[in-house]
Amino acid sequence: MPSFSRIVLGLFCLLVAILLLAPTLVVIPMSFNGNKSLAFPPVGFSWQWYANFFSSPDWTTSFSNSLIVALIVAVVATVIGTLAAFGVSRAAARTGGLLRALLITPMVVPGVVLAIGIYAVYLDTHLVGTVTGFVLAHTMLAIPFVLIAVQASLEVFDRRLETAASSLGAGRLTVFRTVTLPLILPGVLSGALFAFITSFDEIIVALFITSPYLKTLPVQIYSSITRDADPTVAAVGTLLFLATSLIIIAGLLLGMRRERT
Amino acid sequence: MTATPDDGAPNAAATDLAQSPFLSRFRPRGPVWLATPALFVLLLVLAYPLGIVLWRSFSDPAIGIDNYVWFFQSAVNRAVLQRTFVVAAWVTLACLICAYPYAYAMTIVGRNMRLALILCVLVPFWLSGVVRTLAWVILLQDSGVINSMLRGIGLPPVKLIRTLPGVVIGMTQVLLPFMILPIYSVMKGIDTRLLPAARSLGAQPWKAFLQIYVPLSLPGVYAGAIIVFILSLGFYITPALLGGPRSILLSSLVQNQVLSLLNWGRGGAMGVVLLVATFLLLAIAAPLMRQKHTASRREV
Repeated sequence: MPSFSRIVLGLFCLLVAILLLAPTLVVIPMSFNGNKSLAFPPVGFSWQWYANFFSSPDWTTSFSNSLIVALIVAVVATVIGTLAAFGVSRAAARTGGLLRALLITPMVVPGVVLAIGIYAVYLDTHLVGTVTGFVLAHTMLAIPFVLIAVQASLEVFDRRLETAASSLGAGRLTVFRTVTLPLILPGVLSGALFAFITSFDEIIVALFITSPYLKTLPVQIYSSITRDADPTVAAVGTLLFLATSLIIIAGLLLGMRRERT
Repeated sequence: MTATPDDGAPNAAATDLAQSPFLSRFRPRGPVWLATPALFVLLLVLAYPLGIVLWRSFSDPAIGIDNYVWFFQSAVNRAVLQRTFVVAAWVTLACLICAYPYAYAMTIVGRNMRLALILCVLVPFWLSGVVRTLAWVILLQDSGVINSMLRGIGLPPVKLIRTLPGVVIGMTQVLLPFMILPIYSVMKGIDTRLLPAARSLGAQPWKAFLQIYVPLSLPGVYAGAIIVFILSLGFYITPALLGGPRSILLSSLVQNQVLSLLNWGRGGAMGVVLLVATFLLLAIAAPLMRQKHTASRREV
């Protein structure tokens, strides 16, 4: 029996859902705009902004830069973050809590404050506009996400399995490789995905440590937005949105299959 | 937490067994040092840079607190600092108003509807952050979606882009998931039979909701509000692109001092003020959150 208050609640939630989805709903049609303008609704239909993304060196190089940096960050941050997650979850409760709070700090430090600090250090050490510089900064920003994801897996992991394996004669590395890692793999993989996205989408620090020779995709998007009304940004946004959706849906389907078998 | 209450006892027994001297010989030790590489990265690209910012704020151009005196004496700076807090408060309030009923709806609908509602919360994350801000430019601009809709129903257009309300709307959309998810995760654990129980004892439905349900959901509200408020304080991209000269927030002022005026001392002092405000808030709020959390668990 849908009472009056239920109907009001339903309508309200519809409005909130529209608010949440509004940017996505606007960007996708804008990417097919026939004119070089960001006025809504778009006029006509064309693929020219997608063509522009794939043919303009500005866009393709910044895209490959971001891809390279994010892939390295995903590997490095996942290894370092997973190790840290083990350290945290196996420490005494007090030490573990303190360590965790420390390792999560990058999430709450205001982006600009961090960015000027890193910029100052990089100016002195000639790391501005280098892949190493980007990887270092993004790894630091990604560690908390890996830590949280892996720790969640470790919390439900039954440590008696490790005891059992080593009492049967397995060495510590063998135990990790054949027992622990396979069981916490979903957490490690989602940590890697988070690390990749954190780096790929990072803009504030990137704006400071970028150089004309090394621009990442968010920097290119930002400068395009501030320069002129170019629907190429909408095309890039739509492509990234599609890619992310596919990866996440594939991950969910894989997870479901794992559960069934 | 996936552990159910009834498996607590056997688990405890097993832990006792695992801690026996015989078995502990086989158990891989708990090495805290595994966190060393992560701590090293944090030291290198977090602690050291922040230390430099702090040092320069007290030493550039001369040793002393000149930069802080300058910051707090300038009326413009004080206005920006105040505005940054006011915007954070508005965003937190707007998020709370949107998130509370939404999260509540998530707990009472069927499985498929709940999946759809969760999807609406997660889909915004799939759109790149900078692109999302561009979308808000498209929505809020004078020839934008909101103004064409207003014109469609015969209302006069409103100026939204480069105004404070525009910034608040954009930030609210970006931060809304950070409010919905903590509230939902607490509401999920509230025993729904409490409401019919209160009503059967004679309470009005609204009174039962306000006196029983709302207090139990407060830990989620606190957690969400603190996350949203703190993230708002440090927001940079959204205010920079949606705001105008009269809606500058502290982050933009820091960037301007360092990149345009090359004044590291003053920029650093502003940054330190922002940093200290953030951590003070965290320090005040964290214990509050934890206490309320355990209290509500005990009551349920």
